[in-house]
Amino acid sequence: MSGTQHAEPAVGTPPASGPEQADGRTARRPLALRLLARPEVGVFLGAVAVYVFFLVAAPPVREGAAMANILYQSSTIGIMALPVALLMIGGEFDLSSGVAVITSALTASMLSYQLTMNVWVGVVVALAVSLGIGFLNGWMVVRTGLPSFLITLGTFLILQGVNLAVTKLVTTNVATDDISDMDGFGQARKVFASSFHIGDVQVKITIVYWLVFAALATWVLLRTRYGNWIFAVGGNKESARAVGVPVTFTKISLFMLVGLGAWFVGMHQLFTFNTVQSGEGVGQELIYISAAVIGGCLLTGGAGSAIGPVFGAFMFGMVQQGIVYANWNPDWFKAFLGVMLLGAVLINLWVSRAATRR
Amino acid sequence: MESSSPSRSRSIAPVVAMAAAVALTLAGCSSSSGGKKSDESADGASAGKASTPRMKVALVTHQSPGDTFWDIVRKGAEAAAAKDNVELVYSADPNAGTQANLIQNAIDQKVDGIAVTLAKPDALKDVIAKAKTAKIPVVGLNSGVSEWKNLGLMEFFGQDETVAGEALGNRLNTEGAKKAVCVIQEQGNIGLTQRCDGVKKTFKGTTEVLNVNGTDMPSVKSTITAKLSQDKAIDYVVTLGAPFALTSVQSVADAGSKAKIATFDLNKDLTGAISKGTIQFAVDQQPYLQGYLAIDSLWLYKNNGNYMGGGEQPVLTGPAFVDKSNVDAVAAYAAKGTR
Repeated sequence: MSGTQHAEPAVGTPPASGPEQADGRTARRPLALRLLARPEVGVFLGAVAVYVFFLVAAPPVREGAAMANILYQSSTIGIMALPVALLMIGGEFDLSSGVAVITSALTASMLSYQLTMNVWVGVVVALAVSLGIGFLNGWMVVRTGLPSFLITLGTFLILQGVNLAVTKLVTTNVATDDISDMDGFGQARKVFASSFHIGDVQVKITIVYWLVFAALATWVLLRTRYGNWIFAVGGNKESARAVGVPVTFTKISLFMLVGLGAWFVGMHQLFTFNTVQSGEGVGQELIYISAAVIGGCLLTGGAGSAIGPVFGAFMFGMVQQGIVYANWNPDWFKAFLGVMLLGAVLINLWVSRAATRR
Repeated sequence: MESSSPSRSRSIAPVVAMAAAVALTLAGCSSSSGGKKSDESADGASAGKASTPRMKVALVTHQSPGDTFWDIVRKGAEAAAAKDNVELVYSADPNAGTQANLIQNAIDQKVDGIAVTLAKPDALKDVIAKAKTAKIPVVGLNSGVSEWKNLGLMEFFGQDETVAGEALGNRLNTEGAKKAVCVIQEQGNIGLTQRCDGVKKTFKGTTEVLNVNGTDMPSVKSTITAKLSQDKAIDYVVTLGAPFALTSVQSVADAGSKAKIATFDLNKDLTGAISKGTIQFAVDQQPYLQGYLAIDSLWLYKNNGNYMGGGEQPVLTGPAFVDKSNVDAVAAYAAKGTR
C-alpha cells in the first residue's frame, strides 16, 4: 500500500533511485502515524467506513453479486480515474475526459459501420484519435503555458459539439447504428466487455483491467524514471527542467495517457451497448477528477498515488449503488452521494492532519 | 472527424493521415455482415411541395444535445417545412432562460410563426406575450399540454404525459404485473415525473421510482441491476426513453431477474428488441408527428386560417402502443429514424 511521494525529494534525488525518502523527520515517527500520513490510507479508511455503513444499512450488499455490480460501476470510473490522477500528480487536469470517452466510441462505431469494415479497424482508428486528442491537449498546454483548465474546457466544448454534429452529419441520427452483427464484434466484445464467473457470481472483465492498470500505474510511479518525472513536473516545473526532466514530453504523454484511458472505456461502452448516444459523457469528467481528489491527489499537483484513486472510485460505486441497495427515497439520491463523499473527504483530511500534526 | 474545427485541423493532420493510412492498410478488413452496406438508405416522407409564398417558421425546443427523441421531432418539422415551402429555423436549449431568449431571437427575426415546447411554462410566459403583441402566431408541442391555453397559444400537439403514464399503468394491469420500477433518467424533469405519476395512478400493483444518471450508460446499467437484485419482487421495468430500455435488458440479465421491460418512446434498435421479445411494448407519442403538425399547422393558418383542435382542444399524438403485434409495420420507419 505504499504509493505516495512528494515532489521535492524526487527532484533532489537522482531519477530511478528508490521511492523511500531518507528524510530524518519521517523516520523518527511511529509506523502507524507514518502510514496514516499517506493520503491513500485516509481514503482507504473512508472506503472501509462507507463499505461497512452500507453493509449494515443495505442487506443485499452482503451478497457476492451485489459486490460484483458495485465493483463494475467502480471500475468504469476507476479506469479513467487512474490516468486522470497521474495527470493531476503531474500538475495538470483534463475537463475533456468525459466526452472524450464518447468521442472514441463514436469514432470506432461510425467508422466501421459507414465503411462496412471489420470493427477492429474502427477500434484502431479510435485509438489514434483518442491519443491525438490527448496530444493536442498536452501540446497546447505546454506551448501556451495557459492553465489546463482553459485549454481542456475548450476541447471539452469542441468535442461535445463535434460528437453531436458529426454523428448527426454521418448517421443522420444522433445515435450510432447498431454494429453488433459486424465482423470482429464478438472478438472485440470478448476483449473489452466480457465477463466470467467466480462461483455463481458474474464478474465483469473491466474489474480485472482496473486492478491490473492500477498495479501498473503504481509500479510506474514508484519504480520507474518516468514516475519520478511525473512527480517532478507536478511539484515544480522549473526546477524539474533544471535537473534535466523532459517536462514537455512528460506533460504531453500524461495527456495522451488520459486519451488512452478514454479509448479503453469508450470501447467498453461501445461493445457493451452496441450503439452510442452522442450526448453522453458530459459531467463524467468531474466524477473522474473527484475520484482522484478523494484518492489523495492534490489539485495543485506534485503529490498523490495510483492506489488512492482506486479507493476513490470504489467509494463512488459503493455510494451510488449502495443507496439503491438500501432502497432509500430516490429523490435524495444526489444529496446522499454528496454528503457521503464530503464525509469521506473530511475523514481523509482529518486522518492525515492528525497523523502529521505530531 | 475533427476537420469541422478549423483551428485544430493543422495539428490534427498527422492523426488524420495516420488514421487514413491505417484505414487503407486494413481496407481488406471489410465486414461481411452488418454495416452500412447492408442497410439501404432511405428518404424521409415526401408529399411534393407547396407553391405558396415562402414563409419563415421558428421551432424552439428544450432539447438537450444528442437525444434521439428530439432528433425525430426535428425530422418531422423538416419534412413539413420542405413540403410547405417553409424556411425552418431550429434552435434549442434545456435552460428555460436561454430558451426564452431563443424565442425572442425568433421574434426579432420577424418570423411568420413560432412553435415552442413548454417544459417550463412560467419562464416562457412573457416572451410568448411579446410574440402575440408582434402578431406572430405561436403553437405548442410536446410538453405543456396543461399550460398552452393559459399562455394563449393557438394550438397544441403532443401527448398528455399523465394520460400516457396512465395508459401504460393500465396495460401493466392487463399484463398481470405486480410490482414495477419506473426509471427516471433525468432527475427533476417534470414530463418524466408525470409519466411515472400516471403509471402509479392506474397500476394496481406497487410502483417505485428509480433515478439514474442518464449521461453515463454503465452507471444506468449498474443502478438498475442493483435495484433488481435489491427487490426480487419487481416484475416490470418501465423506462422513459428507448436507449434506457435497451440497457435495462442487460441489467435484467445481470441481476438474474425475471422482470419484463416496457418503455416510453421508440428508436430503431428498440423495434428490433420488441420483435425479438426482449422488450414487451413501447408507448409511442409519435414525435415525428409533433414536429410535422406544428409546422404544418402554422402553414395552414397562414394560408387558410385553420385551427387544428379548433383552438380549444390539444391534438394528441399519443399514447400509441407498439408491441409484437404491430411492430413490423413501425420498424421500417423507425429504421429511417422517423418513428
